[in-house]
Amino acid sequence: MADIQELKKIASQVRRDIIREVYLSQSGHPGGALGNTDLLVALYFEVMKHDPSFNMEAQGEDVFFLSNGHISPVFYSVLARSGYFPKEELKTFREIDSRLQGHPTTHEGLPGVRVASGSLGQGVSVAIGMALSKKMNGDDRTVFVLTGDGEQQEGQIWEAALFAPHNKVDNLVLIIDDNGQQIDGPTQEVLELGSFADKYKAFGWDIMRMNGNDMEETVKVLKEAAAKRNGKPTCIVMDTEMGMGVDFMVGTHHWHGKAPDKEQAHTALDQLEETLGDFAAEGI
Amino acid sequence: MLSLDKLKSTGKKATRDGFGAGLKAAGDKHDNVVMLTADLRGSMKSEDFINTYPDRFIQVGISEANMMGIASGLATGGKIPVTTTFANFSTGRVYDQIRQSIAYSDKNVKICASHAGLTLGEDGATHQILEDIGMMRMLPGMTVINPCDYNQTAAAVQAIVEHHGPVYLRFGRPGWPVFIPEDTKFEIGKALPLSEGTDVTIFATGHLVWKAVEAARQLEEEGISVDLINIHTIKPLDEEAVIASAKKTGAVVTCEEHNKYGGLGSAIAECLSKHAPTPQEYVATDDTFGESGTADQLLAKYGLDTPDVVAAVKRVLKRK
Ligand SMILES: Cc1ncc(C[n+]2csc(CCOP(=O)(O)OP(=O)(O)O)c2C)c(N)n1
Ligand SMILES: [Mg+2]
Repeated sequence: MADIQELKKIASQVRRDIIREVYLSQSGHPGGALGNTDLLVALYFEVMKHDPSFNMEAQGEDVFFLSNGHISPVFYSVLARSGYFPKEELKTFREIDSRLQGHPTTHEGLPGVRVASGSLGQGVSVAIGMALSKKMNGDDRTVFVLTGDGEQQEGQIWEAALFAPHNKVDNLVLIIDDNGQQIDGPTQEVLELGSFADKYKAFGWDIMRMNGNDMEETVKVLKEAAAKRNGKPTCIVMDTEMGMGVDFMVGTHHWHGKAPDKEQAHTALDQLEETLGDFAAEGI
Repeated sequence: MLSLDKLKSTGKKATRDGFGAGLKAAGDKHDNVVMLTADLRGSMKSEDFINTYPDRFIQVGISEANMMGIASGLATGGKIPVTTTFANFSTGRVYDQIRQSIAYSDKNVKICASHAGLTLGEDGATHQILEDIGMMRMLPGMTVINPCDYNQTAAAVQAIVEHHGPVYLRFGRPGWPVFIPEDTKFEIGKALPLSEGTDVTIFATGHLVWKAVEAARQLEEEGISVDLINIHTIKPLDEEAVIASAKKTGAVVTCEEHNKYGGLGSAIAECLSKHAPTPQEYVATDDTFGESGTADQLLAKYGLDTPDVVAAVKRVLKRK
């Protein structure tokens, strides 16, 4: 049984890491990163079987792909906190000569990253390929992939959506971060996405829903999705609040891609308990 | 005629802000100009146009391929569509849509691309396209323009809207010195001489024109006379101007915020190897992806800074 309190403590630390990474580099995307923190903590600290000594092919391991690469600060924090690389490296986020690029990449050899992302809409196809390779290898572990809701406006997403059920890729779990926000405003105003559940159902996927900011529910739903093998891929429509955990960042696209100033960063950190020890950095 | 002493920076403004100003002015003059964007309206600095002409603004969401197709259709119906997003998503992401529905179909679409090159900074290599000039230059019938400052970008937007045919207009994110006098005429396909000299020619495009100006000042102080030419239109290339200057100086340096393959340097080399073979040195990225960092750090690390231009000139002079 998952220790939900323990996971929440980790999430609090990860949120601190996000604020500090973005503050130090004065660039990056805090909003989506904060909203997806509970999901990534649940995956890496409870749901997925994975090995931080990092093997690209991940035989016998569950695998996570981040298609919405702009939320890299949460990905890096969770990877560091689960042992893929030293947490002190988080202070180099977005700096020159760093392995922690603005958007995740394999190019600098950062352990835990299996494909570059940042140009939106490409990750579901990659996840399908990985899931197929697992089937070919007789490996029954699960492949997870996260996309934004705005990201779902990309055409390639729907090519993938058509492919996965047709090819019975049932070891695939697609999670859509349905936070209702994208760069230019609420998704409803930019380009209405309608019901993901109805759309994916019509394409032949199994649909699940969860509140991605409720740790207990998130763990439960993810475990159920991972265990399922019925010939259909799974789509989890996940409600989150952009900016979750920092009151002045919640629920708005204004913090999609903006760094807090010093005062704002401290206001944010005051709301987030330091539970595992911050990474050392000067100036914050 | 411009000269080094007339090219003074009057402060920094981003070329994308020049795009926004130029688009508004072009929209005032031509009521068939329609702007499209793919969830990046804020980055394109075009609020003036959008607020004045909300009915001529189309938000397509994050769907660049769809945007290119819609632009083709709008052009078919007599509009002058201006597509806007980052340079990577304006080119590589949608190459076949541009190739078939726009270039091959002779559509009057203006592909306007911000955040080109390394200088977008911290977002890193996924966004820093260094291959776009090459890709777009290879498309038959495509005009390719990379203006160098705010004023030139604003003027270029007006010119491309009045030019019939597909155009790729590439500009950038950061604040950058404004130094081209406002009343300078912008003519598509016409090289802009910035300074006359006899020892070496520097051909420069985009942000690197300013670096070339700084380098030319240093070189002049050392007694090296520089023929400095701004090639804002990489295609069609002003071959006459290129050949004449290369013949006069006998040594050429090309400067661009782009891979050494496919861009301005390649265009100049293709021209000169046929008409006036001349030693040439490249200031360009060395067949590599970029990375996160500040614009200044990246220009220095990837060899696109003023000292790199000076060094390239000294190398090529030894080959004369
Ligand atoms: C192909 C592509 N087009 C545009 C962008 C620019 N961009 C980065 S994030 C983003 C909005 C994404 O919205 P969503 O997926 O909902 O993520 P959220 O804002 O909720 O984090 C856009 C348009 C991009 N990175 N890739
Ligand atoms: Mg969103």
